[in-house]
Amino acid sequence: MTDNKFPHMNEPLDVMERIKRESDYLRGTIKEGLEDRITAAISEEDTKLLKFHGSYQQDDRDVRDGRRRKKLEPAYQFMIRVRAPGGVATPEQWLTLDDLAGKYANGTMKLTTRQSFQFHGILKWNLKKTMQEINGTLMNTLAACGDVNRNVMCNPNPYQSKVHSEVYEWSKQLSEHLSPRTNAYHEIWLDDAKVVDTKEATEPIYGETYLPRKFKIGIAVPPSNDVDIYSHDLGFIAILEDGELKGFNVAVGGGMGMTHGDTNTYPQVARVIGFIPADKIIETAEKVVTIQRDFGNRSNRKNARFKYTIDAGGVDWFKDELNERLGWDLEEARDFNFEHNGDRYGWVEGDGRWHYTLFIQNGRVKDTEDYPLMTGLREIAKVHTGDFRLTPNQNLIIANVTGQKKKKIDGLLKEYGITEGKEYSALKRNSMACVAFPTCGLAMAESERYLPSLLEKIEVILDEAGIREEEITIRMTGCPNGCARPGLAEIALIGKAPGKYNMYLGGGFAGERLNTLYKENIGEDDILNALRPLLIQYAKERQKGEHFGDYVIRAGVVEEVHSGLDFHKAASVKK
Amino acid sequence: MQLQVENSPFNQEQTDYLNHLLPTLTEAQRIWLSGFLAVPVTMEAPAAATATAALDPAEAQQNAQKPAARNVTILFGSETGNGQQVAEDMLQKLEEKDMDVTISALDDFKPKNLKKVEDLLIVTATHGEGDPPDNAVAFYETLFSRKAPKLDGVRFSVLSLGDESYEFFCQTGKDFDKRLEELGGERLYSRVDCDVDFDEDASGWIEGVFGVLRESLEVPSADESTPAAQLETTSLTADQPVYSRTNPFRAEVLENLNLNDQGSNKETRHIELSLEGSNFDFEPGDSLGIFPENDPELVDALIARMYWDPDESVPINKQGEVRSLRNALLTNFEITKLTKPLLEKAAQLFENEWLSALLKPEQEEERKAYLDGRDLLDFVTDFELGDVSPGEFVQILRKMPARLYSIASSYQANPDEVHLTIGTVAYHAHGRDRKGVCSGQCALRVEPGEQLPVYIHRNPNFKFPADAEAPVIMVGPGTGVAPYRSFLEEREEAEVNGKTWLFYGDQHFASDFLYQVDWQQWLKEGILTKMDVAFSRDTAEKVYVQHRMQEHSTELYQWITEGAYVYVCGDEKRMAKDVENALLTIFENEGQMSADEAGDYLKKMRQEKRYQRDVY
Repeated sequence: MTDNKFPHMNEPLDVMERIKRESDYLRGTIKEGLEDRITAAISEEDTKLLKFHGSYQQDDRDVRDGRRRKKLEPAYQFMIRVRAPGGVATPEQWLTLDDLAGKYANGTMKLTTRQSFQFHGILKWNLKKTMQEINGTLMNTLAACGDVNRNVMCNPNPYQSKVHSEVYEWSKQLSEHLSPRTNAYHEIWLDDAKVVDTKEATEPIYGETYLPRKFKIGIAVPPSNDVDIYSHDLGFIAILEDGELKGFNVAVGGGMGMTHGDTNTYPQVARVIGFIPADKIIETAEKVVTIQRDFGNRSNRKNARFKYTIDAGGVDWFKDELNERLGWDLEEARDFNFEHNGDRYGWVEGDGRWHYTLFIQNGRVKDTEDYPLMTGLREIAKVHTGDFRLTPNQNLIIANVTGQKKKKIDGLLKEYGITEGKEYSALKRNSMACVAFPTCGLAMAESERYLPSLLEKIEVILDEAGIREEEITIRMTGCPNGCARPGLAEIALIGKAPGKYNMYLGGGFAGERLNTLYKENIGEDDILNALRPLLIQYAKERQKGEHFGDYVIRAGVVEEVHSGLDFHKAASVKK
Repeated sequence: MQLQVENSPFNQEQTDYLNHLLPTLTEAQRIWLSGFLAVPVTMEAPAAATATAALDPAEAQQNAQKPAARNVTILFGSETGNGQQVAEDMLQKLEEKDMDVTISALDDFKPKNLKKVEDLLIVTATHGEGDPPDNAVAFYETLFSRKAPKLDGVRFSVLSLGDESYEFFCQTGKDFDKRLEELGGERLYSRVDCDVDFDEDASGWIEGVFGVLRESLEVPSADESTPAAQLETTSLTADQPVYSRTNPFRAEVLENLNLNDQGSNKETRHIELSLEGSNFDFEPGDSLGIFPENDPELVDALIARMYWDPDESVPINKQGEVRSLRNALLTNFEITKLTKPLLEKAAQLFENEWLSALLKPEQEEERKAYLDGRDLLDFVTDFELGDVSPGEFVQILRKMPARLYSIASSYQANPDEVHLTIGTVAYHAHGRDRKGVCSGQCALRVEPGEQLPVYIHRNPNFKFPADAEAPVIMVGPGTGVAPYRSFLEEREEAEVNGKTWLFYGDQHFASDFLYQVDWQQWLKEGILTKMDVAFSRDTAEKVYVQHRMQEHSTELYQWITEGAYVYVCGDEKRMAKDVENALLTIFENEGQMSADEAGDYLKKMRQEKRYQRDVY
């Protein structure tokens, strides 16, 4: 019966499956490749395995063409992603990472949309040293990328500390439980002795070919949907009663990535299928992962994410399969309500501690001449006794500050001119961009380097319309793989070619609804010309409390989309 | 046109006969004869296969007009693999009909091989804003450069894959299609542009192209190269001057780029020159001589300093040829170097106390110090020449010497080109920035399209072994690596796979790894067996090639005892000496030799031509 639902099972496997199987549990020839002095790259197959170790081989695309003419290989370099479940880091860890950024990377840190740290521009010769220092500070990069469960996200909510710490504990445990067990990581980076791995002992959950594709888990604590729970392969929505954590609603099959021009790919929102008591979370996650392991598409990586498995089999089939594997049934989903998916900035107090959320544009921690953010945060880390929390919106919380330290930190914030971002437009405060050029190999258009200047131009329109303080989410990515979760933004721009973007409108303000293609392949002038009348009209015609994403649907600008299966259909209507 | 022994491949007796016969031929006879002569060369294989007695001329001509099955070349430029898939479908279809067909990615195909192509099918995607896909960029650039070959007689068809929603839909396919026609190709089937759902359109193209190809298989086309066409190409070679050092060939510059990337302390020019029409040939290890021009700024400053008239005629040789002063100083005389003979001649031209003092034997140290790093502008500034005339002045100057550079390309692989690797010499001395004459000219003033006077300089003392089995060890940091590029390119062309080992070094891996992708490719292909590199400024402790040699001393010595030839090219003062010492140490340690024995061993290698150097 399942054969009819999953025809891919009869098709030849994608080449990546062979690479995984033959890699000896993610070893490949990475170790040898690091020693090769003739190239700053590693072999193509090893680059695929390296992802599982938390690193991507990239190159500086700004200089690729010039170097090719000079008969030089591309300026190869590596990105390292540091896994931090729930995005929590101690001040000591912050200082270590800050030091590595200057010593081996390009002098900056990127706080990612999945609450992890990213370094760019690390040369092959420094890769191992960087890995060792990261591990030395008790952080880890294993499974930060690759066909495995990635960094587990969790709401970093600092003002309901008890609930947060419970939820954070679960996210840590999930992360640990679903980590690959292979010893390859320790052998390659930490000089451990070689161990002979066997399938049963090594990867009891994954097996030797791991998952068909990446797998993302997040935990949300309503009313905040900052983790964008509907974008995850597997989402847990904390259900609180009288301030106590009772358990989680389970949502499955969300995901942002798609491929331009391929209507068999689409962004999808996760669907809530039931409720589980809190202590069943690990067991449930493991079973969900094994279902994807067994049924996911291993023939076509473009259709390999869990969302396609769910859509192929149907939600009912999945629930039955999960209940059967668990040996007990999920309860009926409980009520909950999300209000927004953005961050709330500035100081707040909770449980006698202070927490300061500050806006970091596109998550890039760096120093510029008029904004020494990196230096300021370093000085704060030196005196800070609480922790740092990376938000899912690429922002930072200086958390658990005592009343006494608050003055000191306030002083440092002032000294370095660091602001929480309240003076920016509400649009800017609710903006996100992925990395894209020059380092990301997938980028088709600029993103992080371009969004700030585009925002300034949109802000002119906002001022004209008088809605500078109106919260609107806007997200940009340089390609359709969806790192900044563009599918859920009220305004999204997805790159197609240098200077050209597809524009999507109508996402839900609380991240509950997908947006719809509005304009295809347009440049800056067209972007501004398209937004201008809509924003002005919105300012005039909006109902009380109505968000922009809801307005464009009511006004008939775009179709409402509730399932990724309708994503392309809705777009074609407007074409 | 008169044939001579010097300008033709014939001996005296043959040229006499031919000179006697050729003027008497009618046009028709000439055409017939050229066709007759052309046949045995081009039809050698079938003629041998039939194993009949010598063909009579009429039969031969008939054979010549009957075309052999045309070869088909399929090239694809693909981003996602769709292009490759279509190309492979085409391949399968043609192979089923036993057609002579080859397939390759655009970047794996050497553009020079285009000359050998008969029917060319290109399947290509388009990238971003109308750019060629990554694996087609190099081919695209060559096709659109002045290096692109003429494609007369080539038939082609293009299939482009794209996405209608892009402004520059299928642009790369359109570009190829247009360019192939411009180069003289004949379109055998109209281009088809496919949108995202390409399958149907692509199948249509495959069928269409296949139909045409099958047709031409069955019915020999009439426009095959006729004897008349042959005549045109063969008659060109006869009345050509012989180029040499004394009659240099003016070679067009095809390419001139700096190989070093941002962050480098160096500048190394890679220069490609066209040798088309020169009749030059060369072997790996040979050099190219270039007659450079002096820096016009320096020439003008010199003339201005002396208040001379740049247009005044001056003699440039003993035969009494004259040129304007400015041109003579630009091209005929050396003005950047001071020598003792020059001072002596100058002292006869005018009176100067200091000059006379400098020339005294006991003033040798002071004289050397003065000559070092100074040029003629310094000289005329430091010494009052009085009213010496330009005509007198130039007669004390040395003729402009040619500069020799190790050739960095293979004649067998690129007979119409020669590549050079020229390190730019630049330094500050005596209050002025100075540049090498030829390297400065190449770095600052030589543009593609211009010409340089050149000749081939044979280097019998730097020859690679004819025996493919003999291992070859090459040491060549910096520009010293040039001859090895020539050698390996030649081996690649000849498909020879002997053991080879290259030691290369420079300052920085990221910016100074000259020809990095070439070595990588040859390592992949097995043309280059091993390569070790030393980048002196990437680590706290400076590492040079000799250190890498010592790190591998056991294996290196093993190669040498197996009969390896060792080559050293590059800097003489330090590198070559350090490398030689490293070799001696390796002999002592690995071969248990005394210092004397090691010295003798190296001497013997030198005598056997197993230790050759080209150092400068």
